[in-house]
Parts: sequence; C-alpha cells; structure tokens
Amino acid sequence: MSAPIDRGRRRFIQVSLTAAGALLVAPRLRAAPMPTVPPELLGDDLTAVGPFVRIERDNRIVIGAPACEIGQGVFTDLPMLVAEELDVDWSQVRVVQLPYGYADGDGDGAASVYGAQGVDASGAASQKHLREAGAIARWLLVQAAAQEWKLPAEQLRTQAGDVLAPDGRKLSYGALARTAATIAPPDKAPALKKPDAYAIIGKPTRTADAREIATGHRLYGIDAYAANALVAVIARCPFAGGTLASFDDGKARKVAGVVDVIELPKNADAALPAGVAVLAEHTWAALQGRDALVVEWKPADANAEPESSAALVGRAHTVLDSGEGGIKVRNDGEAEKLRKQPARHRLEARYELPFLAHAMLEPLGALIDLKQDGARLVAPLQDPDGASRLVAKLTGLQRTDIAIELPRGGGSFGRRLDNDYVAEAVVIAKAAGKPIKLMWTREDDLQHDRYRPFGVHALAASLDARNRVASWSHRCAATPLDAKTPNAGLLDASEFPAGHVAHLEQTFFALPTRLPLASGAWLDAFRAFAVESFIDELAVVSKQDALKLRLAMLEDAHAPATTGGVETARLAHVLRECAARIDWATPRSNGHGLGIACHAVAGGCFAHAFEVSVEGRQLQIHRAVCVADIGRVTNPLNAEAQIAGAMLDGISAALYQAITLKDGRVQQHGFQDYPLLRIGASPRATQVQIVESNADPIDPALASASAAPALANAVYAATTVRVRKLPLMAELMRML
Amino acid sequence: MPNPTETPATPPASAPIAHANAPRPAAPLPIDINGKPYFHDGDPAMPLLWFLRDTLRLTGAKYGCGNGQCGACMVLVDGKPVRACTLPMKDAARHAVTTIEGLEGDTLHPVQQAWIEIDAMQCGYCQSGQIIAAADLLKRKPKPSEDDIATIANLCRCGSYPRIRRAIARAAELLQDAKK
Repeated sequence: MSAPIDRGRRRFIQVSLTAAGALLVAPRLRAAPMPTVPPELLGDDLTAVGPFVRIERDNRIVIGAPACEIGQGVFTDLPMLVAEELDVDWSQVRVVQLPYGYADGDGDGAASVYGAQGVDASGAASQKHLREAGAIARWLLVQAAAQEWKLPAEQLRTQAGDVLAPDGRKLSYGALARTAATIAPPDKAPALKKPDAYAIIGKPTRTADAREIATGHRLYGIDAYAANALVAVIARCPFAGGTLASFDDGKARKVAGVVDVIELPKNADAALPAGVAVLAEHTWAALQGRDALVVEWKPADANAEPESSAALVGRAHTVLDSGEGGIKVRNDGEAEKLRKQPARHRLEARYELPFLAHAMLEPLGALIDLKQDGARLVAPLQDPDGASRLVAKLTGLQRTDIAIELPRGGGSFGRRLDNDYVAEAVVIAKAAGKPIKLMWTREDDLQHDRYRPFGVHALAASLDARNRVASWSHRCAATPLDAKTPNAGLLDASEFPAGHVAHLEQTFFALPTRLPLASGAWLDAFRAFAVESFIDELAVVSKQDALKLRLAMLEDAHAPATTGGVETARLAHVLRECAARIDWATPRSNGHGLGIACHAVAGGCFAHAFEVSVEGRQLQIHRAVCVADIGRVTNPLNAEAQIAGAMLDGISAALYQAITLKDGRVQQHGFQDYPLLRIGASPRATQVQIVESNADPIDPALASASAAPALANAVYAATTVRVRKLPLMAELMRML
Repeated sequence: MPNPTETPATPPASAPIAHANAPRPAAPLPIDINGKPYFHDGDPAMPLLWFLRDTLRLTGAKYGCGNGQCGACMVLVDGKPVRACTLPMKDAARHAVTTIEGLEGDTLHPVQQAWIEIDAMQCGYCQSGQIIAAADLLKRKPKPSEDDIATIANLCRCGSYPRIRRAIARAAELLQDAKK
C-alpha cells in the first residue's frame, strides 16, 4: 500500500508496509527490474522500490546508501543524514548499498554524483533531500504514537528510536512501524532539526562497512563475477585519436582459455579508442591472450609531427615569449604598461606543470549482461545517471530496463566521471553476445586516462616603495579542456590575487593536444602552484615574511569581499590558523625550512604548511599541517581523513608524478614510472584542523591545491633552491 | 596444518570448470589456502592472485598493478608477506597461503581490530594488503620504529598513511595487551 502526498512530493516519497510488517519510507522509483535490491529491504509487494529507510518490528533500522562509495565516505555520511532526522541511535542502524534507480518523471537520479559530505553539483540540496526522507519517517512514527495514545502529536517527542509521551510512556519505532505505514505522509516536509539538536551529524562516525573491508569480504567492482561472463581485456591504440592498421590474433587464439578476439566495434555514441578485445574464461588467459596479439596502429595524422612533451614545452615558451595569440582573461588598470616598467622590485618566473593521471588503485572495469529485454551493469560509478543514459543509448533499451548495481570502488578522483569503460563493456558484450567482465590493467589505466592538462605559467610582478604588490601579470600557456572557453579551469579571473592588485592582467594561450583531458580539483592545484609559489618568491626578493605579505593582500582595506568565490576573510582565517599550528613565527635551524600556501576552491578554504629538510637525496617532511574551512561538517572522522588524503595526494603528485609524451605515445606504464607516495616518504606528523564554519558543506577532498606550493616553498626555505617545475624531486635533484 | 598431498581436496563449488584446454601440469599442483587443501590444474605460470580470485573467489586480495609495485594483492606464504600477483602457481604450490579472509581466527586479528577502531580505510582497496603487511611487521617488530614502518612499501592512493601509522601503533598495543 502506498499513500501519495502532493504531486511534487509523490514523485519522491513512498510509504509502505512490507509483508513482514516493517515500515518503509522510500523515494518512489519507476518500475525497473531490481533483482539487486537487498532482499532484507524488500517486502513481497515492493519489487519496484529503492528504499531509504526501513524500520523492522524488532526496532532494527536499515538505511540504504543511495550513492556509490568510491572512498569519499558517502556509504557512511549519507545514511548519517537520514538517521539524524529519523532520530535514531547510530548503533541501531545497519547500512546497505542501494542499486541505482531513477525517480519517476524527470530522470533525476536517486543516486547521482556525490562527493564527501554528500555534496553534489547542487551543493547542500542533496543533503536536504536525504534529511527529509528521515524527517518524514519520523513524522509518521510520531503520528502513529499519537493514534495509539490518543494524544496530540505536538505533545510527543522522539529520542534514539523511541517516541516519548509527556507522562513518561514510550514506544519504540519498531512497535509503531505497522501503524505508521497506514498514515498518509505530510503535505510538506516536516521542519528539519536545528544544528544544536544534532546527535549524529557532526559526530565522528566510523566507516559503516569497515569490518567487511578489514576482513576482505567487502565486494569491489573487480570482485563482481557472473557464472557465464567472459573476462575481456582490450589492446588499445596508443596514439590518441589513432586507428587500427592490422592485427594477427593467431597466437592469441591458441592461448588456453581464450574464447574470442574481436575488433572493438566503432560506435558514434561512444568515442572510444580503437582496440582489439580478447575474451577469455578467466583473467590470466585474457592477459596472456592480449600479450600474444600482434597489432599495428596508425597515428591520427601520419603527416603531422608526433606529439611530445618536449615539443609542448617548447611551444609553451615560444607563445609566452611572443605574446601572440593570447586570450585576455582579465585586465585591470595599466598592468600591460607596468609589466616592463622599472620598479623597486621586479620579478619574473615561469612554472611548468606536467600532465597527470588519476591512477586510482582499482583500475577501471565493469560487468555487463545484456539481454533482449534488459541489462545488468555492475561497476563502481561516479556518475551512474550518465552510465544509465549511455547504456540506453548504446543498446536501445529503456533506462527502466537497465539495472545498475554499485559495488564499492577502489578510488576514482574524478576518473569514473567518464563512463568510457562502461561503453567499452557494452560494445564488446553486444558484439560477443555474452556477458562481459571488462578489466583494465594498470598499464591500460596510465596509458588511456583523461589527464590533467599540461602547462607553463609565466608570472611577472612589481612591488612599490612600500613593498606592496603594485602590478601582476599571469600568462598561462596550457592544453585546454574546452575549445569554447580555453582558459576554463586553467586561468581564473576571480581567483587570488585578482582584485587584490590594482594593475593586473591574465592572458591565456591554448596549446592544442589530442590527448584526452579531464577537469576536476586537480586544476586548482595546477593554478595554485604558480600563484602561491610566486607570492613566496615576491616575499623573498623583497625580504618580507611570506605569511605577512599574503595577509597584507587579503586583509587590505581595498581587498574584495570575495576571492575565488569565497569570503576573503575566511581564506585569511585558515591561513592564520595554519601559520599558528606550524609555529610559523619560530625560526627553524638544522636545515629545516617552513613553507606555507593557501587556496580557495568551490566554496571552501584551505591552507597548508610544511616543515622539511633535505639531506643528500632525501627529502623529509617532518610536519604537515592543513587547516580547512569546509562549511558545516557531517562526519569529522571522514572529513579529517579526506583532507589528510587530499594533502598527501597533493604531495604525491608534486614530488613524483608526470605523464609525458614521446612519439605520440604516453611513456608511463606502471607505478614503476608513475610512482605514488609511500608511507616512508609521507609526513611523519600530520595535523588536520577543521575550523568552525556555518557555510554550506563542501567536499573536503578538494584540499590538495595549496599542498604543492607550500611544499616547494618549504624546500626553498630549507635549501634556497627554488623548484619551478614539477615533479619536484626530479627537478630538485637536478638543481642541487 | 593439514598436508595438502595427504588430504583429499574438494574443489570449491564456485571454481570455473572451463579450463578444459588449459595446459595441464604433469600432476595437479597442491596448495594450502587458509588451512584448506586445493589443487590447481591450469597453467602453472598463472599467478597465485588469479587462482585466489578467479578460481576460489577469494577476492580480498586485490589487483592493483600486476607487477609487484603496489601490494594490494599481499598474502602470507608460510607466514611471510608475498605479492600474489607475481608468484606463479608452480612456486606457490606445496606452500601454505593465508589471505586476508584467513587472518582472523575466532575473533578479529588485532591488526584488523585496530584498523576498524582507528578507521584507517578510505576507499579501502589497498587495506587488505596493508593489514597483511602490518601483521607481518608487528610479528617481527612488536614495537616498530618510524624506520620499521617506513619499510612497508604498500601503496595507498587515498593517502591514508597518517591513519595507518596510528592503526599500527594501536595494533601494537592490542598485541601487547593480549600477551598479558
């Protein structure tokens, strides 16, 4: 049975009583075959519902995690939001992963793109949606108790899974579930709790499936098996945009366990690299079969000079030298004129950043079973809504006939926002007429990523007689992500120090490449490395304290109220707090050096500081501090881990990582030539401080941008060697 | 520990039966996994990782690189940490393997307990290997120094190292307490 509310709400909420007498409050999903909804969440009459909350008669609470967990903590954080408004004790709650489903009518995904803290593209809205589901369930239970006791609902309150009457009587949610399911939901969502009433939000809460992970029982994407599925691996064209010239699969087909070899069908709806897929009974046979293929590839344009990183570096400096063909991004005052004029202190510097790869530890993969009347997809998806649309487009199936299961994913960092691997699995399964488990190897992952853009920043500035930054010029030559707005993500007109310097110009030069590129938080790191290193250089040349110079700019009477979309005062605050925690004012000896940097991103503010020393070829990070303003915090335990992780990601990329091109090919093949930070080189002491903030929650995993410049600034302080090219270790060793 | 050559092995129900044309070793290779005997009758060059995952469906050991760099596939072979992705079945045969699924006895292993308590995992993909590595370290060095911890070469892409350091310290305490 179901009790509709108003037209708008009816799309989202359905209240039901299961055959076993449990109350179920759920978003209403269109009738899709969902054999994957955990059976304990389904009553006999509920085969078409992706549930949020289920209350058992014995008072156990089951909350469905509506988004795919890829390490951002949503398996825990999102159910916390529901549990808070439901007003239960977290220890009563069991979390189960929901499959993807989409709401009736508007295609709005019940499981869409979620970052840590449940932040999605629409900011706090997703939090509200989840919290309302809990609040409605609680409202129903209170109404049920009011009926039982014949008391007005206003006199009742709830606490930790019980409804309490003024005279001290209480009824558990479980005891009320049956009655609650017969009550029509409210016309509008009940008021949500005020922050001072929170019992779960804001409290450190451990990963809900930690035990399954620690015992090896939690299933990840790669752990999906189907009895009759063939394992597929693909030999892909190493030249971006290139084609298959010829292949000989004679030897591959002789490998025991290899079942078939097929050329990857071209499909206009999925721009995939040319490839040859080897299908086998098990992974080892598929890998052996692919090794035995003899394939010849053709570059996209045989007459053109093959792309190389060396040529890109050359072109970048050429356009920056000539200044021709640039796009003016911002031009304040007379920056152009002042760029070459004499000043008390003038400084110019160029910073070079390489392509980067996502390199999440679990490579891409997907299990897909296509049938005449439906499909089953099992994969960790950062954008399941996009995957659902893509599978529908490639198969002609209705989206309602595509069931998507969301296992845990071994990281993503934005890589899984692109559903190319889903498309590959679908076209192979279609061609083979069999269920397919597509598997990418580490080499596939590094060779066929969507990379962070490459670029060179040319900074120039002058200081006036009072040592204030008088003019600032930022020219950036980089591989654009977007043809229409080539500077998008690479040079930002709203970002510090734009608005803080009267004479300021920003110019962007596009360096076209065929290499597929990806947006994401790493673009903030791309920009911040140049800006935050250069500020430090300006402080050094004018013999100022780097912290004081930044604060003087951020807290100047004429400073804009917002910087990079965030209140400037918040950015200054995290910077001050960070300096206090690294004990900035105390000079270091013994070859130790301090570095600091800050950056505003997507509504949040971060500052990093490091204490380092360099002995021989060893860089030791003795202390690492990150102070963050991430708005209201859902789960401090997860947020702290995300912020520390983002900082270590920033360090890892800065120290070691570069994707390079030679002869039109990516040169990196594994962790041997694309190293990740190991525990021995990671900071010995790490401190994360999250400042009090009433701003809307933002994704703490964005906290990487100012790590690299803070580290380079610390290396300068320790060694007087200024590293302007990443990866840092290679450059430092060259310069020392 | 049962000797696999003396105990008749029951193939697991989930084992694929489709290795009909695989190159067969002269005799099936016996191997002990988590105290149970098994035989491998496929390619002797197949790494242990794929036997664990594809044949036995013990999926706690993960694939991360395939060339011994990341440690996500780490298991104990005769009590020593080994990267299962580079150990061929012919060399794993006649040895006793403990996977993450076999680490706990009647209760959680103290390292697993510490990992949960400290909440060391983010995406969690590397953590079964990290736990195996930590369990091995603490067996050899009950009070590990910074330099001892630095010998753990398992990769974590999420950057959970600060929590892993704390979890190792907590596990050391739990192991000390267990001895009292």
